[in-house]
This record gives sequence, C-alpha cells and structure tokens, in this order.
Amino acid sequence: MEYEAVIGLEVHVQLNTRSKMFTRVGTGFGQPPNTLTDPVVLGLPGALPVMNRDAIEKSIKVGLLLGCKIAEVCKWDRKNYFYPDMPKNYQISQFDQPICEGGEVEIEMPGENPAKMGTHRMVELTRVHLEEDVGKLTHYEHDSLVDYNRAGSPLLEIVSEPDMHNPEEVFAYLTSLRNSLVAAGISACDMEKGQLRCDANISVRPKGETTLGTKVEIKNLNTISGVRNGVEYEIRRQVRAMEEGTEIIQETRRWNPEQKYTTPMRTKEMAHDYRYFPDPDLMPVKIDEAWIDRVAKELPEKPFDKQRRYQEEMNLPYSITSSLCGDHLLCAYFEEATALAKSPTKMANWVVNDLLRELSQANKMDEFSEESNEAMTPLSCPVSPQSLAELINLIEDGKLTNNVAKELFPEMFTSGKTVVDLIKEKGLDQKSDDGEIQVICADAIANDSDAAEKFRGGKEGAINALKGAVMKATRGQANPKVVDETLRRLLS
Amino acid sequence: MSQDSPIFKTATELSADLTAGKISSVELTQAMIERVEKVDEKVHAFLHLDQEDALAQAKASDERRSKGECLSPLDGIPVGLKDVISVKDQPLTAASKILENYRSPYDATVTVKLKQAGAVIAGRLNLDEFAMGSSTENSAYGPTRNPWDLERVPGGSSGGSSAAVAAREVPLSLGSDTGGSIRQPASLCGVVGMKPTYGMVSRYGLAAFASSLDQIGPFSTTVEDAALLLETISGHDPLDSTSFPKEIPSYSGELKKPAQPGVIGLPKEFFGPGMDDEVRARVEQTIEHYRSLGYQTKEVSLPSTDLSIPVYYVIATAEASSNLARYDGIRYTSRSNRAQNAIDVYAKSRGEGFGSEVKRRCLLGAYGLSSGYYDAYYLRAQKARTLIRQDFERVFKEVDAVLTPTAPTPAFKFGEKSEDPISMYLSDIFTISTNLAGLPGISVPCGFTRSGLPVGMQLIGQAFEESSLLNIAHAYDRDHLHGRQAPNL
Repeated sequence: MEYEAVIGLEVHVQLNTRSKMFTRVGTGFGQPPNTLTDPVVLGLPGALPVMNRDAIEKSIKVGLLLGCKIAEVCKWDRKNYFYPDMPKNYQISQFDQPICEGGEVEIEMPGENPAKMGTHRMVELTRVHLEEDVGKLTHYEHDSLVDYNRAGSPLLEIVSEPDMHNPEEVFAYLTSLRNSLVAAGISACDMEKGQLRCDANISVRPKGETTLGTKVEIKNLNTISGVRNGVEYEIRRQVRAMEEGTEIIQETRRWNPEQKYTTPMRTKEMAHDYRYFPDPDLMPVKIDEAWIDRVAKELPEKPFDKQRRYQEEMNLPYSITSSLCGDHLLCAYFEEATALAKSPTKMANWVVNDLLRELSQANKMDEFSEESNEAMTPLSCPVSPQSLAELINLIEDGKLTNNVAKELFPEMFTSGKTVVDLIKEKGLDQKSDDGEIQVICADAIANDSDAAEKFRGGKEGAINALKGAVMKATRGQANPKVVDETLRRLLS
Repeated sequence: MSQDSPIFKTATELSADLTAGKISSVELTQAMIERVEKVDEKVHAFLHLDQEDALAQAKASDERRSKGECLSPLDGIPVGLKDVISVKDQPLTAASKILENYRSPYDATVTVKLKQAGAVIAGRLNLDEFAMGSSTENSAYGPTRNPWDLERVPGGSSGGSSAAVAAREVPLSLGSDTGGSIRQPASLCGVVGMKPTYGMVSRYGLAAFASSLDQIGPFSTTVEDAALLLETISGHDPLDSTSFPKEIPSYSGELKKPAQPGVIGLPKEFFGPGMDDEVRARVEQTIEHYRSLGYQTKEVSLPSTDLSIPVYYVIATAEASSNLARYDGIRYTSRSNRAQNAIDVYAKSRGEGFGSEVKRRCLLGAYGLSSGYYDAYYLRAQKARTLIRQDFERVFKEVDAVLTPTAPTPAFKFGEKSEDPISMYLSDIFTISTNLAGLPGISVPCGFTRSGLPVGMQLIGQAFEESSLLNIAHAYDRDHLHGRQAPNL
C-alpha cells in the first residue's frame, strides 16, 4: 500500500526588537548568562509587564506579508505550567485571539534541473500569534543551569495548516518563510542562535484517504537539515508502524540529531492543562486601520515576486535569480549596482559569482579570527555597488578585459580600492590608443609574415597567432576588439 | 505618654510642626521607634523595622529642610508599608515562609513616589500571607493583635498596617485591598482606610494577589491625612499597564473648599439581617449626621450584591493561582531541602513554604481555570462581575456616594472564624463588590461599641471621583474625629 504523510509546522521566530516583549531590558545573543534580566524578566514579586509596541508592529508586518487577517484587538492570555525555564511559571501568550489569522506561504519545489524553475504552490497558514520566549536550560549530570537572557524576548509562532506531504515541501516552506521574514527585517532567523525554531506535526495515512491519521508532534528540530531529517525519519517510522500494524499513539517525540531518530517525550494523557485565561496585568490593544496602513507602506517586495520581476523585466536566467533572491541583501546590492551599470545581466553574473564567492570566503575567514564580528553582508563589504558598477562599465566600454577584471576583483574586495585606483596603481590602463596599437600590430605582422600570408590567403584562424603576439607585447592590456579591427585593417 | 507626644498627632499636624521647626524628622522618627519598641511586642504590627535606615532617611529630610529644599508636606514623616510593597534592599515576605530570605532589588512605584516626597519609609507591616485573609491570623510570622483589644483580630489582610496606625506606631501606612483588605481592618482598628479606584495607584512592585482587584491605598487617623497620602502615591505609571492616565488633583487642597451636600445612597441589600446591632446603630447615627448636614439620603438597590462573594472567590483565586506560581523554590524563594528532583522542588518547596489558606486558594483557583471548568466558573464569574459593575453604574446616576457598614461585625476574637473559611469570607461581604466594580471606597471610623470596639462606615464613590468621595467622608470625619482616639496600650 502507498502511504501519504500530512505535515503541519509550528515555527517560532524571535523578533529583532531592541527591548524584550514586556519590559525595557535589551534583547541579545551571546551575552554572559543572566545579564539581560530585570524584575520583570525574572518574575520578581510585584513586577508587571508592559507591552512592546514594536513587537506588535513587527507582527502586523509579518501578518501583512503572509496575507493574514490582522486582529482588531491584540489580547493577551496566560499559559500556565511549571518549568524552570519560565520565571513566572506562566507564559504570556495569545490563546483564542491571535494577532493574525489565515494567510499563506508560497513555496517552490525543486525543478527537473537546477537551471529550471520548479513548481510553485501556496501552503495555508492557520494563525500567527505573539508570545514571550522562555529561558535556556543546560543540563549537567547532577543539576541544570538556567539562563534567562532569552526569557521574555518577543517570539512569533507561525502555525501552518497540515498542508505539506514530504520533507522537501517542509524544507521549501521553511526556506521561503525564512526568506520573507528576513527580507521584512523582523528577524535574522538564525537557527543556530535559536532565532528560528521549529516543531512538526506529522501523521501518515493510506494514500487516497481523506481523514487524518494519528498526529505525532516532533520537537527539537533546530536546524534546517534537522527538520528535513527529523521529518523524514518520523514519516518512515510511522509508515513502518502502519505496515507492521502497530498502533501509532498521539504523543510528543523529540528528534535526536546525533543519533538521527525520534524518542517519546510525553503522551496525550501527560499533556498539560495550560489553564489559559486573559492576563489581567495587560490591557487589550486596539489595532486600527491607520496603524495597519502605516505598516503596509513598509512592506518589502516578496522574494518570489522579486524573482519573477528580475526574470521578466531584466531577462535574467533562473539559475541567476534563484541565487540572488534567496538573499534580500544581495538583491538590494544588485538593484543599487544595476541602476548604475550598463549591463544588468553582466552585473547579475558578477554578483552571484564573484561577489558571493568573496563574501563567503571573507565570512569563512572571520570564523577563525578572534573578533567574532557580525558577518559581512553585501552592503557592508568593501566593494560598494558603485564600485562594482564602475568595473562592469569599464568592461562594457572595452576599457578593461574580463580577465583582468576577474584578477582585480579579489584585490578590490580585500583592499576596498576602486577599480580605477588599482588600474592606475598597476599601470594596467587598457591599450586602446589606436596609434600605439597600430604600431604593435604592424610589428606583429612584420614578425610573422607566415601567419599574415595565410590569413590573406583566406585562412581565418591564422589571425589568432597575430592577436596572441599583440596581446603578449601589451601584456594583455590591449582591447581585443581594437586589436582585431586593427589587424584586419592592416592585413586587408 | 503625654498626649502632646508627636506620636498622637496627625500627619497634617506633624507636617506643620516640622515646617514650624517645633520638631525634627529625626526626633519624630526616634519617637516612633520608641513607640514601636514599647507597644509592638503586644500588637505585632511590624515584621521588620530597619531603625538605622529610617533614621538615616529622617536625617536626610532634616538636612533638606534646613536648606529650604523640603520636598512635600510628607517630607520627614514616617510611613509604614504592608510587607507586599517592594522597597529596594528591604525584605519582602508577604508574611509567607516561602519569601523568608527575599530582599527586593527594586522599589515599587509607590515607594519611589514616597521617596520623592521625602517620606521616611519605616517598617514592614504584617498581613495575612499573600494578603489572603481577613484577620491577619494567616501570617506565617504570627498574628497582629487589635490595639483596642489584644484578644481580638485587627482584621485583614492589611491588619499590620491598620494596627500600626491605630497603636500610634506610625502616623500613616499603606496597605493593599483586593476584597476589603484595607477597609475592613481600618474599620476593626478604628482608623481611616481607603481603596482607590482600580488604576489610580500603580501596582508595580506590589506582590500580586489578584491583579484585576488589587489596589494600594492609605491608612491614617483622619480623612484629611488619607487625602494627603493618596495624592502622593496616585498617578499614571508607565510600568503598570492597568494604571489610568489621569491628572491627580490635590485631594487635601480640595478638602478645604466648601462642598455642596449631595445625595447619599443606602443600598437595601447591605442593611439586611446578619449585621451586628451595634454596628447598625453606629451606621444609622452616621446617616443621621449626614442628614443634619443637609445631605439627602435615598434607598437604592444593588441587586447583584449576593453574587459578589462567589464571583470574587472564583476570580481572585484564579488570578492568585497563576500569580503565585512564581514562588517555586527555583530562583529567590526558599527551596525545600527534601527535594530529590525538579517536580519535588516545586511540590515540596510550595508545600512547605505556603500556609493552608494560600494553598486552599491556589487549588480553588487552578480548579476554576482548568479545562472543562473554565466556562462554568471563570467565564461566568466575569459575566456576573459585569452585572455587579452595572448595578453601581445605575445607582450612581442618582447618588453621589453609597454608604454602608464596612464590616458586619466589630473585631472578632482570635480563632473565632479561622476554622470556618466561609464565615471568614463573609466578613468582607460589604467591601468585595467595590473591588469587583473597580470603584473607590473608604472606611471612616464612626464610633465605638459599648465594649469599646471601633466601628467603621464605608463610603463608595464613582470611579476616579476620589475628590468627591473624600469630601463626603471628610464632612463626617471632621465633626467626629473618632480615629483620633487612641487605644490604651
């Protein structure tokens, strides 16, 4: 029998607000333990929450980006359960009135080959709600340590419908969602820093069946590959259970990334009764049309829309747009540079090949350096869009050969010098001065009369020997087009 | 002790004496400390008094005054705080064993305001554990005794705050009121106690019992002093989302303006059977006095009154079950040394750290919120709460204030009600609906029983109309000043 998996995802995204969800203390990653705390974060007696408007605004932005219906009133509930990572032993969350409902995420499945666009479809969303993050526990042999730096950070939970069927779709969904959120500037979505975390609800049923099978929730899917592998494993486990006729029980399982399997955490019977009720410390907040309109004005172009625009308006091939559009900063760089460059296609090629290569190298080097600065981005790299446009325009104008440009670029990247500066510094001004070229070409013809005769005799290829001699004499700095024209003129 | 002693003066009088240079804040604070040393063994209103700190504050006040930099009429005047209000570096136990070793690392907003006014913050006052109770018998550190009769309770939960003022250990104190916890002990101790409108006074730094009902308010011997303290602690606070943005007038200044006698409503549901005869007689005399001053009185009806106790015990306990979850033995609360694992840390620390009333209310509250019961209890209680509020809204279309007894009986004896939670809960029957409706209420002493126990009457006003409520209360109080009578200790 053939089986079909049904998968829904719960994605938690940390919003990049400056302060926490309900207090003024700052957010951050990698600070010394328990330094980003205050009476509110620690749940001291008497501390009270005050809502962070920026977090609401960023949630509205996400809602608009994903086509959700934005709630008229943002209301808060307490989710009660005891766990040491939660200072108050309740989490301020949204129960029956999430800030956003509905919505969808456009995904692209892999095409037949990497050069071809795959099929697109929408994955339906159930809801998006806002809550406060919890602290981080580290378990040791005899005790556990807790760090509340993360506690109270604004956390957006994006819940999809059970609308995916295989690990590839899950991967495509996460990639697309992450690209949109990063483009909207609401989170860096760095999974390693826990800024994006994912739980999956998975069930399996015989293909063709319409009712859902028993749902199992998988936790601890904390890397993109973890999500893919965890989902894949769990589907296989459930299919095997069905084939063997063993019962699948409704439970929560934990993905073990090292051993690559899921293990039971708790069953349905052990599920908490969260005793949700409206938080009496917080007033509901009205979200009016004016507020939504203002946020709507700041919405970025969706990554897939951008990709389609690049393909249609600039005629860029899919292989290039797919590299560009996964990174909104690269797109921003590209757009700024292209506005100044004479050839969008050439610019796109340079951005996705040369610029990306140098960037990834620079960031790789950075990992080994002592200062763990923020990763270098296209816009913060030493080659400005203006500088790259200048280089491309020199090539287009025939004043610089592609080969020389390729040699110079890494140096531009490390030194931050412009191409014009480097050309001057190295005496590389391309020879297109007709007089000088004519002399060198004449020399070449004189030195290789054999080749000259052959060419005149109709052997087109013979001109290459002459060209080679000219290039050698000019150390590659002659404009090939000019050399070609001059040789042909002299030989005619 | 001479009746001229500063401890028998009101805050208003002391303020004048300080201004006139008749006394210094250090002398006043010293007199207060001596009084505490003399009488608190009997009364046990104080859980903690940092004498050195109080005297240092007094000295700073005197220095300000000598430089002409007096901060407010309260500059240099001692104020005691219920031990649920945070003061930086001072203990905060909430009268619970679970917070035995906790010191607050920050100031409550009311503490900040008192400090800005120059008040001498002096002492942590006893209460029923986590403000749950009506007699102060639920304190883990022993009960407070009523200064008028040491065999009797001072009321609660702010029994330490009311007894400290009644025993003249401090001229002013702050308490918190969730269902009557300021007004009922004020009544039983013969002092003035006021619960402001919900949202008037910031709750930031007040260890929460029931967030939608809690309000901090003043205790004093006169209405005039209550006005002075209230205007100091009121006002919008960006740290409390439920605090209301409203300009605070000078309540004490408003009292000096002549007020037109208005209409006082007498809710028939509050004058039914179950009330002590002497309480009834004193309250009726009070009503007569208002009539003599030109006030009209009018019988009104608050038909949903009988819902208030059940509604209160569903809502308050639900909120408490969640609010008190943070006291878990993990971070700053006492941890059971019998705990073997994480669940044990919670269960045993809370089991050992909480008293039985707190446990009872946490269990009740958790039950009312649990899946399958939420709609029947919590949700219905919220709907009934709306009815109670609407009752008052209707009545306030006809009257300026509502007058009732504060408590059905004068102070009762220790143990008299502690075995029977329901009868204890009923001692708040006249005060609870005010909290559910979010309205301001004040208890003013209105005389004594034949055996010498104080009786209080309650005036309930419209939301954010503290000025009008204080004026009406003052009209009676200035003519009687029952609160100025001190017990013999």
